[in-house]
Amino acid sequence: MKNSAVCLTFDKNVFQRRNSKRWREEFIKAGLFICASVSVLTTFAIVWILVSEAGAFFQDVSVIDFLFGTQWTPLLEPRSFGVLPLVCGTLLIVVGTALIALPVGLATAIYLSEYASSNIRSILKPILEILAGIPTVVYGYFALTFITPLLREVFSEVQIFNAASASIVVGIMVLPMVASLCDDTLRAVPDSLRQGAYAVGATPCEVTLGVVVPSSLSGIMAAFVLAISRAIGETMAVTLAAGASPNMTMDPFVAIQTMTAYIVQVSLGDTPAGGTAYQTIFAVSALLFVITLCMNIFSKILLRRFREVYE
Amino acid sequence: MNANPIANILSEKKKEQEGKIVLETRDIKISYNGEPAVKNVSISIPEHEITAIIGPSGCGKSTLLRSFNRMNDFVPGASLQGQVLYRGIDLYGKDVDPVEVRRKIGMVFQKPNPFPKSIFENVAWGPLINGYQKDIYERVEKSLQAAALWGEVKDRLNSSAMTLSGGQQQRLCIARALAMEPEIILMDEPCSALDPGSTAHIEDLMFELKQKYTLVIVTHNMQQASRVSKFTAFFDAGNLVEFGETQNIFTRPKHNRTEDYVTGRFG
Amino acid sequence: MISRNLTNRYFIARTFHWFCFAVAWIGVLILAILLFHVTREGIQWLDLQFLSDFPSRFPAKAGIHSALFGTLWLIGLTALFSVPIGIGSGIYLEEFARKNRMSRFIDLNISNLAGVPSIVYGMLGLVIFVRWFGLNQSVLAGSMTMNLLILPVIIISTREALRGVPNTIRQAAFALGATRWQTVYSHVLPAALPGILTGIILALSRAIGETAPLIMIGALTYVAFVPEGPMDDFTALPIQIFNWASRPQQEFHELAAAGILVLLFVLLLMNSIAVIIRHRLEKRSR
Repeated sequence: MKNSAVCLTFDKNVFQRRNSKRWREEFIKAGLFICASVSVLTTFAIVWILVSEAGAFFQDVSVIDFLFGTQWTPLLEPRSFGVLPLVCGTLLIVVGTALIALPVGLATAIYLSEYASSNIRSILKPILEILAGIPTVVYGYFALTFITPLLREVFSEVQIFNAASASIVVGIMVLPMVASLCDDTLRAVPDSLRQGAYAVGATPCEVTLGVVVPSSLSGIMAAFVLAISRAIGETMAVTLAAGASPNMTMDPFVAIQTMTAYIVQVSLGDTPAGGTAYQTIFAVSALLFVITLCMNIFSKILLRRFREVYE
Repeated sequence: MNANPIANILSEKKKEQEGKIVLETRDIKISYNGEPAVKNVSISIPEHEITAIIGPSGCGKSTLLRSFNRMNDFVPGASLQGQVLYRGIDLYGKDVDPVEVRRKIGMVFQKPNPFPKSIFENVAWGPLINGYQKDIYERVEKSLQAAALWGEVKDRLNSSAMTLSGGQQQRLCIARALAMEPEIILMDEPCSALDPGSTAHIEDLMFELKQKYTLVIVTHNMQQASRVSKFTAFFDAGNLVEFGETQNIFTRPKHNRTEDYVTGRFG
Repeated sequence: MISRNLTNRYFIARTFHWFCFAVAWIGVLILAILLFHVTREGIQWLDLQFLSDFPSRFPAKAGIHSALFGTLWLIGLTALFSVPIGIGSGIYLEEFARKNRMSRFIDLNISNLAGVPSIVYGMLGLVIFVRWFGLNQSVLAGSMTMNLLILPVIIISTREALRGVPNTIRQAAFALGATRWQTVYSHVLPAALPGILTGIILALSRAIGETAPLIMIGALTYVAFVPEGPMDDFTALPIQIFNWASRPQQEFHELAAAGILVLLFVLLLMNSIAVIIRHRLEKRSR
């Protein structure tokens, strides 16, 4: 009895790890965890700062006046804090972007996934990636120095700063993202669906438009929503090309100001920090953050619905 | 008699254990997310023999095998009730570190999975990360010889393991497991991805290995089980139906279900 | 009747095919036009003097020296922090964290952060690094802001690269009695390295081109010196380009184009290095 008890204890140590090895593993794991928590802390920081700074702003200006007012003159007397002109400006850009990027992006994706050979894919996809990698300030320059003069030759009433050329250029910027996401979505549709349609004698056009695209609708919509979200957040192109005049208009040929361009304008200017005028940038940032967050979550829900069908 | 009392006790214990059970399970039940995969299994694996586990697909053989070296810990939702004893120590006890368990109980997988590194690095990695201080080249050579691969690779130890054939890769995986000098080697359908020639090589290897190690192999190839193993356990739908000497299982099975399986009526 | 209908359908099918074909190459066409326009406008200003001069009120004397070095400083400091933190986070989240509701929440969190407009990050940098930490308009503040901006990108691509490593490798390593970190460090990470590297280069390329966050933290647009330490004021290539493009004079627009050429060259260089390194790594593991 006594013998076996001693042996059991001795043998049991066989399966216990040396302390030094265990501590090293735990130390490394803790270090990695700290790295991972940086991103969580970032979100908390964003929310905290937006809430507290915007909160301070809303002590002086009522939320209703802010969200529904149609006059935006926070830096000049008489001061007015209705954000709708900025929202309208952003909306105008978004509409223009959508008109360009969505159809062109979808058609490009259809070509890539349904028609193009793998050789062509290997040329076209990298080119689209290059297009996506060009800095936004370059697009702003392009809008200002190429697109706007071009538009002015065709339509004489186009102003130097206008929403149209900015939205064209943002559309180009967003195009690769739409094309790439839609391409992934279309390729995820199982081939058996296509084969079935061909087997009843449909042409490629009918297969694509009648079967493949409808089955990937949620995924395509997710791509659209993401593209719009990106257009909402775009800053440099609209700052350079669309102007700095808050304007409640749907005319694409006049100068406007988007939410993002306004924030840049204040940052570049001499508005003293701490005043209500300065606080406006936090209120507008908060609005921007909430809008893009909602759109991103919406697109994720759409993507999940698409995956549920096929996985 | 040795003056050291502990050495005496150890050598007596060793004599006791010669020809004895090295691994046993007591009434274990393994479930995945509540769904039982292995139910009420009590099995004893004898030392220095080859024990085969056979049965139709999905009957829980691999799950049982993986419970011996705590590889089921990596499957989310897996839980085990009962005891798995290695020389009397419960492998699922509180103080037991699964990492150390796997040093003593090695595993070879169904599809050969060498690391995308050189042949030498494949075999040397295990001992090195576990703090091996002595001559690593000797250990690598010994392991490759024990796996009957040394002759074929001794001139190209630094070339990539991915350049080997399927059968050679599997023998490399065996050498890799042997380099840890385990007591027990678990093999999960080790030949099912190989051609008949390589399979024969590995079966010969198993006979040599059992002199130093204990082997437990899972196989769905009945002929292999009858060729190679001394003891066989037949599993069906998570239950241990019958366990005994291989001869008896195949010629005089006690249960109808066993007889149906070994005569090919199902599975 | 049937044959006429069929002819119509084939006609539509072929038209549709050519339509998609034409549209797909619009992207290429636009890229070509853009590059052509920028080159035509800017090439005349691109010379050694341009690279070594500081910005000036006089177009003839203006150069991009301070902006170029500001960008280099910025990228260096940003890479120093974001690469280890990003890879470390990716490794923790993919290999160590248990898959439960908390980890799903963190996933959601990171992909949301990836979609936040860059100007919000600028605001974050303004409050945290410029005000709370008191770093003012230094390169350090700029790079810390950039860190936060590109961190989600690095994390997401690191995780994808790690996911691409077959699980059989991990199983083999565990079966030999390796701990999780030993497995990741010796086998998973080397195999995922090409993908991780691509993600890092993508993220850093994005950081090079970002303007809005730097404007918000107050990076000056008229800087006539090169930063000598992390606490110095600075400017960067995109800011200089923005500055020149916002002026009404034609010469400054052309200077902006020259600056763009320099910026695009830097990006091209970075991506080429990445492709080469990635090629080497993939060859080694074969």
